Amino acid sequence: MISTRQNGNAAHTEMLEAVRAAVKRHGASREELIPILTDVNRTVGYLPSEALEEISRLMHVPKSQLFSVATFYRMLSTKKLGRHVIQFCESAPCHVVGGREVWQALQDALDLEPGETTPDGKWSLVTVSCLGVCAVGPVVVVDEDIYGNVTPDQIPGILAAYE
Amino acid sequence: MKAFRSMVLVSSDPASLAHGAEEVFQRLQQEISAFGLQDEVTVSMVGDIGRHDVSPLVIVYPEAVIYGPVRPEDVHFLVEEHLYKGRIAAGLQASLRELSGRIAWLSARKGTMPAEYRIVLERAGLIDPTSIEDYIVHDGYAALGKALSEMTPAQVIEEVRRSGLKGRGGAGFPTGLKWGFVAKASGAQKYVICNADESEPGTFKDRVVLEGDPHTILEAMAIAGYAVGATEGYIYIRGEYALAQQRLHLAIEQARELGLLGKNILGSGFDFNVHIHAGAGAYICGEETALIESIEGKRGEPRARPPYPTTNGLWNMPTLVNNVETLANIPAILRNGAEWYRQFGTPSSPGTKVYTILGNVNVTGLIEVPMGITLREVIAIYAKGMKNGKTFKLAQTGGSSGSIIPASLQDTPMDFDSFNKAGVSLGSGALLICDEDTCVVDLARVLIKFFRKESCGKCTPCRVGTERALQLLTDISEGQGELRDLDELKIMSENLAVLSNCGLGQTAGTPIRDILNHFRAEVEAHIRLKVCPTGICPMHPVGKRVRSETPVLA
Repeated sequence: MISTRQNGNAAHTEMLEAVRAAVKRHGASREELIPILTDVNRTVGYLPSEALEEISRLMHVPKSQLFSVATFYRMLSTKKLGRHVIQFCESAPCHVVGGREVWQALQDALDLEPGETTPDGKWSLVTVSCLGVCAVGPVVVVDEDIYGNVTPDQIPGILAAYE
Repeated sequence: MKAFRSMVLVSSDPASLAHGAEEVFQRLQQEISAFGLQDEVTVSMVGDIGRHDVSPLVIVYPEAVIYGPVRPEDVHFLVEEHLYKGRIAAGLQASLRELSGRIAWLSARKGTMPAEYRIVLERAGLIDPTSIEDYIVHDGYAALGKALSEMTPAQVIEEVRRSGLKGRGGAGFPTGLKWGFVAKASGAQKYVICNADESEPGTFKDRVVLEGDPHTILEAMAIAGYAVGATEGYIYIRGEYALAQQRLHLAIEQARELGLLGKNILGSGFDFNVHIHAGAGAYICGEETALIESIEGKRGEPRARPPYPTTNGLWNMPTLVNNVETLANIPAILRNGAEWYRQFGTPSSPGTKVYTILGNVNVTGLIEVPMGITLREVIAIYAKGMKNGKTFKLAQTGGSSGSIIPASLQDTPMDFDSFNKAGVSLGSGALLICDEDTCVVDLARVLIKFFRKESCGKCTPCRVGTERALQLLTDISEGQGELRDLDELKIMSENLAVLSNCGLGQTAGTPIRDILNHFRAEVEAHIRLKVCPTGICPMHPVGKRVRSETPVLA
């Protein structure tokens, strides 16, 4: 723990800043917990243990409860993810219009199982439930970019657009 | 953006121009300046307002009072009474019958396709969603004005009850009745929650309303607040809907500036605030008690019911929870009356329903049609037939918790009662239309996988039942199924329905029940012949998986 803090001192301070800013923006009331966690998750990329400790201290909410909430919601992650996160919709509307083939193409291209991150830390591949853009299924979301009507042969081109 | 208290529109169709509209417009500008109101009131010429019998017309918003015919010499009185003193200029109003007249181009366009009738989606896609003025021009906030100035809360509830509106979130509970429960409940503070956590796979109708016509939800929530005695409203919107969140934030700000939200709305003494609470990705939060837990900053695990949110909701106070589509019907019902609303749909399910059409059809998208239309009509008229000339096999309604409707039921009217009688459910309005190449085992497996993933894990029947059902369906799809698995699946789906704590678990077994009822031969072919008739299932073990022998529930 101490060595990581020394290595990433600047990152650590930055992370604490993000936490404090989020708590300040929303106010330290329990009702604002999920917006605060969402904010921190967006700024830092995930919810490191130290961030939850700081939130716990500022909001007077036990850390166990923070973990319980943070692990419940799909958009919050307590694990560090890759630089780019690929979300693949595995719900029925995308499935019946060719989702299976697109999923196969994604796995082939990245050699990842759902929930895994590439060793170079570039890609994380996650499966998600319906994203609400079903009329253009199959749907793949990379970071915040939505790709609809995806076919397996488009996958390499889509992935190539990210550094 | 500059905000004005009132907006005055003058019609400028040929008949109005012939009757002195131009002069009326100039007089209005002069008089408004003479009363020093030029910073509070905007006046503009618009096109054809749709009435030629009393032209020229002058419409004053936000009250949506229509004056006509207005002569230049009437203008001084009109401005003094309505804009300066704040009361209706007596004797100048257009006759009452005409007050409900629709703006011409909207009346002419009831939807994009035959038989479509748009109430919920009336403005979505037609007006500028970032402009409150555009909303107000198209009858926006007129219903709120009417409710606050002409109706008691009890009258509002009675009107909603008489309209026969039923909740569009999936359960079909009568809206007026629910409002009545909350109105009767006692509590120091009451809340109105708009359930915009639309997560049912295949459903995106609420997103279209929120993105295209955000003010309609704010107006409806304020009306609901007035009716049930709530002063605080929450919109619980799913985290993925970033654009809708942005539009709602802007709309709230605009409505506050014009005094249509906040303190003392339209001078009535009624206060109402709306807050936005974004979810963080959890299907279960569409369940009303899980949603309430989530607003309170907790895991979205459903509470035991009763007590219901109508008495013990947000922070244990009486809470009204309505779906976006349900709320979007409210302003139109109040403007036009319950009788008008009942002319659409069927006697037991009045009104319209918004459907999302998906799957193996030529045209996918969104339609709003009267309740009672049949699946065959939807496929033929709106979806323009099956893709590649294939045959219709089944439709899956209402996202994952809906039913699997076989082709034999495609002539059943789609309304709450007819569907209940046929033993299927309407759900949230997704129509996933599948062709002959769809395997029912594969489809059920995908649906169950969704529930297994989204089960919150609080109650055992759902947590364990969905896991075991997925194992069995996977076995069948990999050619390792046995006939006794079907009995276990049947028991499992029954157990899920009876023993689960909330709607998610209670409906999770529906796809299994439906495929066993309607497609048993096809399922048995996977087991007896080790063949997937459509060639979709792998029919051999995938990866290192072996048949799971230990029954978890039996």
